[in-house]
Amino acid sequence: MNASEASATQGRRRRRWRYYALPVFAAAVIGYLLVPIALMVVYSFNDSNANLPTVTFNWQGFTTRWYAGWDQVPGLTPAFFLSLRLALLTSVVATAMGTLLAVALVRYRFRGKRGIEQVLTLVIATPEIVLGASLLGFFITLAIPKGFLTLFIAHVMFSIAYVTITVRARLAGFDIAGFEEAAQDLGATPWVTFWKVTLPLIFPGMLAGGLLAFALSIDDFVTSSFVAGTTSTFPLWIWGAVKVGIPPQVFVLGTMIFGLGLIFVGTNIALELRKDERRRALR
Amino acid sequence: MHPRKRIAPYLLGSPAGLWLTLFFLVPLVTLLSLSLQTCDPLTLACRLTWHWQEFSASIADYHAQFVRSLLYAGSATAIDIVVSFPLAYWIAFRARRKSVFLLMLLLPFFVSFVIRTLLWQFILSDQGIVLGTLKAVRLLPENFHVLATGAAVVAGIAYNYLPFTVLPLFVALDRVDRRVVEAAHDLYATRAVAFVRVILPLAIPGLFAATLLTFVPAMGDFVNAAILGGTSNTMIGNIIQTQFLVFSDYPSGSALSALLMSFMLVGVLLYSRLLRSATIQEYL
Repeated sequence: MNASEASATQGRRRRRWRYYALPVFAAAVIGYLLVPIALMVVYSFNDSNANLPTVTFNWQGFTTRWYAGWDQVPGLTPAFFLSLRLALLTSVVATAMGTLLAVALVRYRFRGKRGIEQVLTLVIATPEIVLGASLLGFFITLAIPKGFLTLFIAHVMFSIAYVTITVRARLAGFDIAGFEEAAQDLGATPWVTFWKVTLPLIFPGMLAGGLLAFALSIDDFVTSSFVAGTTSTFPLWIWGAVKVGIPPQVFVLGTMIFGLGLIFVGTNIALELRKDERRRALR
Repeated sequence: MHPRKRIAPYLLGSPAGLWLTLFFLVPLVTLLSLSLQTCDPLTLACRLTWHWQEFSASIADYHAQFVRSLLYAGSATAIDIVVSFPLAYWIAFRARRKSVFLLMLLLPFFVSFVIRTLLWQFILSDQGIVLGTLKAVRLLPENFHVLATGAAVVAGIAYNYLPFTVLPLFVALDRVDRRVVEAAHDLYATRAVAFVRVILPLAIPGLFAATLLTFVPAMGDFVNAAILGGTSNTMIGNIIQTQFLVFSDYPSGSALSALLMSFMLVGVLLYSRLLRSATIQEYL
């Protein structure tokens, strides 16, 4: 092999290395993110012959009995449903309020707009522990009993900021007022304009904001731990059980929530791919 | 302007505005006032006594935890940025089906934060999957451990907040106008030069948002330190949580929270000056 041939192979090899390094690294990071989840799913099928079964990482045989008896742990099931109720209620209320505020911010110029924007940034720049601590102090000062209501207040508070920012980002590209004017010029009543023009425009943003609020609420731990009092949400219940041992049903419920998320993400991806194909077909 | 149009934004914004004022701004003020009060340890009744000592006492007693939080949160954020940048770059510039990969990054969020941290406790435990195997093949000494060290806490924090770093970086990189990069190549910039002089400066706002979104929750986190760090690696979050929920020492907990909050604000301000960027809203 002569010198130029050798350098050409070397160059090709280097190019190949460059070509693969980045995707391999990306795959490794995504894999790393998913490792603990895979463990949770696998070990939700791990048997245990202890009197009070807890999750361990010694494989003791395959079983589905934790799935059959998913609601057999006292305290866990109510906490799980409380979290679901709280997340649903939070996402509905926060999405409604956040969307209205986002529309106001996108469509109008008004005094105090910058102030509101800064408050939204401040909510996000505040560590959750400070949110929780300040709310706890506030509730104690006003002697408001801690429980579902205080959890709801706290969750809506931090969700509003995220919903507003998400909806606003989705609306930023559209000239809503222009579209509405066009509809009215074409003879639509304000009612028809709202249902046929405004709502379809803001709906994708609302959906994204609502899902974000739901995810934030159902997973919230830090703020909740301050304002919950003796009420247990799903994450708070697990935290309380850490010292005595986690019953396997926690992994079962965790897997079920994850499965729901997966179905959702899968649908989303499928829709996205179909949109891609349609776009390509049109071209 | 039509008068109805002038009040419209206020009508639309008032529910959210009132909620945020009442349950975010007012409690922050309450927090400050509570830190200057003296409370009766038995009845828990508090009076405003302008007791500034709470602040100096907090700094004197807990500066070690403050420094440790800074160190842990800072290292975790640095690790996340180093890991995220190539990933975000790959998704933005090379990957087909970007949305698929972005959604995959969000999958960990469908598993509760506490469960994720517990799973890391299992993974890193002394006889667990990783260490147990390495010890069985004698690659590690028998007494080697990761749990209850600062490294475990940093690893946990870095894992839990990684998606918060990737997403803003992706948004920033995805927005980089490809024509500008091509122009750089046309002007004989090598790939490396084009990256450093064109792509990197354009990604600065995303870097700012990513740092903020990772560092802020990491700084206040106490779950990772409690589950992975044992008793000798506590962060400021653990102290605040204990003061409030175990000892019911509200003035002390409030003073610590107020210190943390003011520290974050000053830090964010300085950092935004340093990077000449102050936007995080567009990158969520």
